[in-house]
Amino acid sequence: MEKIVDIGFETIHLGHGSGGELTRNLLDKIIFKTFSNPFLDQKHDGSIVEFNEKIAISTDSFVITPIFFKGGDIGSLAVHGTVNDVAMCGAIPKYLSLAFIIEEGLKVSDFIKIVQSIKKAADESGVLIITGDTKVVERGKGDKIFINTTGFGEMHSKANISIQNILENDVIIVNSFIAQHGMAIMSDREGLEFETTIKSDSTNLNYLVKDLLDEFGNNIKMFRDPTRGGLGTVLHEIANDISKGVFIKETDIPIEKQVAAACEMLGLDPLYVANEGVFLTIVSKEIASEVLQLMRNHSKGKNAAIIGFVTNNHPKKVVMESSIGGKRIVSPLVGEQLPRIC
Amino acid sequence: MKYLAEYRNLEETKKVLDEIHNITKHEWNIMEICGGQTHGLVKNGILELLPEKVRMIHGPGCPVCVTPLNLIDKAIDLLEKGVIVCSFGDMIRVPGSKKSLLEAKALGGDLRILYSPLEAVAVAKENPTKEVVFFAVGFETTAPANALSVLHAEKEGVTNYSILASHVLVPPAMEAILDDEFCTIDAFLGAGHVCAIMGTEEYEPLVTKYKIPIVVTGFEPLDLVQGIYMAVKQLEENRFELENQYARVVKKEGNVAAKNVINQVFEIGTREWRGIGEIPNSGYVIKSKYKNYDAEAKFNISHIKVPENSSCIAGEILRGIKKPAECAQFGKACNPSNPLGAPMVSSEGACAAYYHFSII
Repeated sequence: MEKIVDIGFETIHLGHGSGGELTRNLLDKIIFKTFSNPFLDQKHDGSIVEFNEKIAISTDSFVITPIFFKGGDIGSLAVHGTVNDVAMCGAIPKYLSLAFIIEEGLKVSDFIKIVQSIKKAADESGVLIITGDTKVVERGKGDKIFINTTGFGEMHSKANISIQNILENDVIIVNSFIAQHGMAIMSDREGLEFETTIKSDSTNLNYLVKDLLDEFGNNIKMFRDPTRGGLGTVLHEIANDISKGVFIKETDIPIEKQVAAACEMLGLDPLYVANEGVFLTIVSKEIASEVLQLMRNHSKGKNAAIIGFVTNNHPKKVVMESSIGGKRIVSPLVGEQLPRIC
Repeated sequence: MKYLAEYRNLEETKKVLDEIHNITKHEWNIMEICGGQTHGLVKNGILELLPEKVRMIHGPGCPVCVTPLNLIDKAIDLLEKGVIVCSFGDMIRVPGSKKSLLEAKALGGDLRILYSPLEAVAVAKENPTKEVVFFAVGFETTAPANALSVLHAEKEGVTNYSILASHVLVPPAMEAILDDEFCTIDAFLGAGHVCAIMGTEEYEPLVTKYKIPIVVTGFEPLDLVQGIYMAVKQLEENRFELENQYARVVKKEGNVAAKNVINQVFEIGTREWRGIGEIPNSGYVIKSKYKNYDAEAKFNISHIKVPENSSCIAGEILRGIKKPAECAQFGKACNPSNPLGAPMVSSEGACAAYYHFSII
């Protein structure tokens, strides 16, 4: 990526949000230079794009401390988060809008790092940044930088994602290890040093989703990415939405040993810890092993696992069989998980 | 994960469960003192795998649940007066008489959630013009670190630091439960973490006086079923002894260095337990030598006294007289989003365990 030098200022100040020359400076020297593409280069109020089919739109705001963490930063997260949300609809993400709210005093070198990280993540995800906005707020009225992205994607021609399609005995599959992102953020935020470094799993999932839709079409009944609230909360939402029960086995849920140990140490339940590179899909029993195989052959699904199934027993509840064969309910997360006394 | 994975072994756990079924002839009520053990039992679905004749009664061993309402209001009062209040995470959602610490934070209070009281001393050093108070609650387990923070502040010459202490002790609580006229407890599982600090010696007089088995037990599924097995075996054989299932962590004499730190800063005194009331000699109070580090003495907050919510039966839950589901408010007026009492909000509370994990 081209190095951005000699921009003439070291920190963002209120003038950069004024809409005048300084704003233009910030946009020209950093934003337009980084994201240059035919839509953005028109420097219009917005962009006009073409879609042939139904489109999926998703928006998300990213507010995170610290803004740089092991395995990513707020920039790549803002791309992956929205790209994945569009993909979870069964669409192929194509365009992103990008809006910054920057706190006065942010180092320009940090801003450039974030912008370049956005560019890299967008390129890797196959999406273009086509419109955006920049505001600067007074020191103390923001938390370094907030980012909003809105994603636009064309629906996959074979996609028919609908909870109405989910039946008893359908199988629930996750693509990867859970709880990595939340534990990476927590260890960075709290300055906790674990024996092995835990990295965020922030990544784009759209290519794996597309492969699954190409191969299995409308037999894929649901995609959902358990970001905040974790796997437990999303499973609970699904059980509620479909008015059926969900049964999972604790020992089948993929989790890295070091992440499990860190959760253990802090008294956190990995089922409720945030993810960024994880999604779950619900498919009929007949194709479950083929779906699993396709996922395991893909770089974003190497650790995929079948974790449970849909049942007509205990409607609207998630029941988990524990490692020793006991059963318990998985309830939704209330508030934030908090570190315990002992 | 050494010492954890092997204590989650399915086959081993099943073997011990089978043994419990084999040896149980009579009906027994066993109380696990510690909230961590309550959660272990419910979260792993152990209660349903036990014989019907073995009933687990959940004890008062949740540090958050037994912290008196008065003290939460005192912490909130300090926060509202501009003091930086530092706390472990699970205290901040517990309702005081009008609001929780979390709600007081949203209204502008400077509340810091920390992992260690030593971090609070660092906060005091970074904010020399402000007073910093650590909300020091817990059983014997957290007392050494809280005492150490006082010694550390003294050594560093930090004068704007103090602790709002509410340390309670397990053996006097067990005695209070056994003296209760409604007590039906036949045996205890002792709290492994507490015994790791204090050792097992102080339980021997209880075993002798009340002729009751006490098995010091850990927290993993295999720990818990082994502890229950050892307790049931004693009961069926008409024995009453102090046994240690958690020998990989707990020594008879405990952690001598930790006990020394506690004894430097604290002395035994009367403490109020939420839902239970005052129990003589049931907790630690700060020695007069360290009164400059005692937030109760330093700030004018001793007048703050408030009654408990009358519709909450936390006291009966904590004494094992009633189970969470026997409360008329359980899961209705009282739930984790709107808790009436601490056992529903604390991560170790019995009501929260039942609400979150069990199939009711």
